[in-house]
Amino acid sequence: MPIWAYDYGMARAATTADTFNAVAEPRRRQILDLLAQGELPVTELVDRLGLAQPQVSKHLRVLREVGAVRVREDGRQRLYRVDGRALKPIFDWVSRYEALWNERMDELEAVVTRLRDQEDGR
Amino acid sequence: MTSTSRAAVVTLPTDDRIVITREFAAPKHLVYRAWTTPELVAQWWAGRQGRVDSIEIDLRVGGRWRYVMTAHEGMEVAFHGEYREIVPNERIVSTEVFEMPGVPADQWQGTLNTAEFTEAAGRTTLTVLVQCPSREVRDAIIASGMEGGMQESLAALETVARALA
Repeated sequence: MPIWAYDYGMARAATTADTFNAVAEPRRRQILDLLAQGELPVTELVDRLGLAQPQVSKHLRVLREVGAVRVREDGRQRLYRVDGRALKPIFDWVSRYEALWNERMDELEAVVTRLRDQEDGR
Repeated sequence: MTSTSRAAVVTLPTDDRIVITREFAAPKHLVYRAWTTPELVAQWWAGRQGRVDSIEIDLRVGGRWRYVMTAHEGMEVAFHGEYREIVPNERIVSTEVFEMPGVPADQWQGTLNTAEFTEAAGRTTLTVLVQCPSREVRDAIIASGMEGGMQESLAALETVARALA
């Protein structure tokens, strides 16, 4: 599939779009950043974010719904962690977009180098 | 002189912006020429994704541009826009609209792109800023995969996605 088709329409899979929307919210990105450093209980997230627990729980629920965050029981605690698999479509997208621009810039550099050599040789 | 193959860097500095930067071992007037001359644009714009069919450039404020290519898979891909600001060898501001196949033209969504050429010690840094004009457009772009909602850089994303996969 051409990268443009991927970028602009054909890959509008609901699950991917949901993940994009889920992580588009700044607080949820903060939560992902914190959990990326290791598992945390919700109380710890509440402390670090300075938010009320219901808000944090709501964000965690959204993140869990798209699979970006997993939870496990540990005694009386519930520990949250990031699941990179759900974030991979986003990473893949940026990678593809960057790959396209890398290709363009490489080709542009080839053109510019020819122009420079022509000018130098004049 | 060898050309150093420096990678383009894509960052997502705010919720509605994408920035692409790349350095070239050449003075900026040459990078600008390659960026604005149809025969030269035809040599780089498609990357390695396909064949460029046509490049039209009317390089003046209010002038239009339209680029068309055929991807390897056979799909025709076209973009067009209008020049809003032109400072030769320095800066070009233009709109960019993807002519989305199967979608009515009045529903196509565009961005405002700024290409800036800055030179230091004979090397040129090209910076392309893609500004999404509204939350609605931004959300549509996010939904289609052109992620504008992440503030993290690619590096941060990579760290998260790779380390935790």
